[in-house]
Amino acid sequence: MAHIELNNDLPGIRGLMAYRPETETPLNALAEMLLRNDDNTLSRGERELIGAYVSYLNDCFFCQNVHGAMAGHYLGCDIEQIDQMKQDFKSNGLSDKMKALLSIAASVQKGGKNVTEQQIQEARDAGATDVEIHDTVLIAAAFCMFNRYVDGLATWAPEDRQFYVNRAPQRAQEGYQSSVYK
Amino acid sequence: MAHIKLLNEELPGIVGLLNYRPETARPLLDLAETLLRGPSSLTSGEREIIAASVSYRNDCHFCHTSHAAAAAAHLGTGLGLIDDIKVGLPNTPVSDKLRALLVVAHHVQKGGKNVTEDDISIARKQGATDQEIHDTVLIAAAFCMYNRYVDGLGTWAPGPNEAYTEMGERMAKVGYGKG
Repeated sequence: MAHIELNNDLPGIRGLMAYRPETETPLNALAEMLLRNDDNTLSRGERELIGAYVSYLNDCFFCQNVHGAMAGHYLGCDIEQIDQMKQDFKSNGLSDKMKALLSIAASVQKGGKNVTEQQIQEARDAGATDVEIHDTVLIAAAFCMFNRYVDGLATWAPEDRQFYVNRAPQRAQEGYQSSVYK
Repeated sequence: MAHIKLLNEELPGIVGLLNYRPETARPLLDLAETLLRGPSSLTSGEREIIAASVSYRNDCHFCHTSHAAAAAAHLGTGLGLIDDIKVGLPNTPVSDKLRALLVVAHHVQKGGKNVTEDDISIARKQGATDQEIHDTVLIAAAFCMYNRYVDGLGTWAPGPNEAYTEMGERMAKVGYGKG
């Protein structure tokens, strides 16, 4: 049960957003811009994978399953493949650029000052642009917010991981600013 | 110097990043405005103290000093508040409710699961409402984002507290993302 009375039975961040619409609007606008806006040289799948990976590092069950399922939907991977990427992204078939960006995301998760010049250089050498580095840092930072919001208020999350997979296609189509699951 | 080539390297902290990427600046500013200056039974001064205290614990000099300066502007305390936040506000008259909410915020800073039922129950006993607890958690969480954004891209920040007076006044009186 959540730490506060939400007056709804929606899971994870959806219950919090229904509880406080004033903050829902900018939070959804941020997620939409970071993860789904198509004016971006990182694919939606790549950006969702960064979100899922940081949520895994923060041990947030709801967020890592929602965004892992979204990444799987866009990248054509099943739950096991996404789990393998989260657990050991270096030994999977990701591009060198994505490996370098996930390494930066892992450092941001620990704290901003953990990002090193060498990590930035490795990302650049693998072809990452400054905007891609910027967006990686901000996606990782944003999930350090979303994860703390979801777990800091002790929201509930469906245990069946297939629940998240089943929802991903519709979320991909309608985006983060719709009210489809209310 | 920042890790990426900003459009204007003279702009400090998050200001240079917001200028670099207006697409993400809009929701980031709207969120700050809503959390820190929108309708709430917590005063803006109290909310800026929560933001500054979490930023200090994340070792983010720019966010800690600027939001503490904003709190000082709201509360009329003077810039001594900046250093007082670092040591748990011994010299600032704040309510027991705010002190209990700061415990919640500090646990969010470590990770969401660190918030305990006891933390919540103590905050309630000091008069905190559910919405105040919600907003405290989200402010603390949001500053775990802003702090990582500012430091993760290696932005620069003015050193001395006095350099933040005008910025704090603007944040308090004009707001976020308004001209």
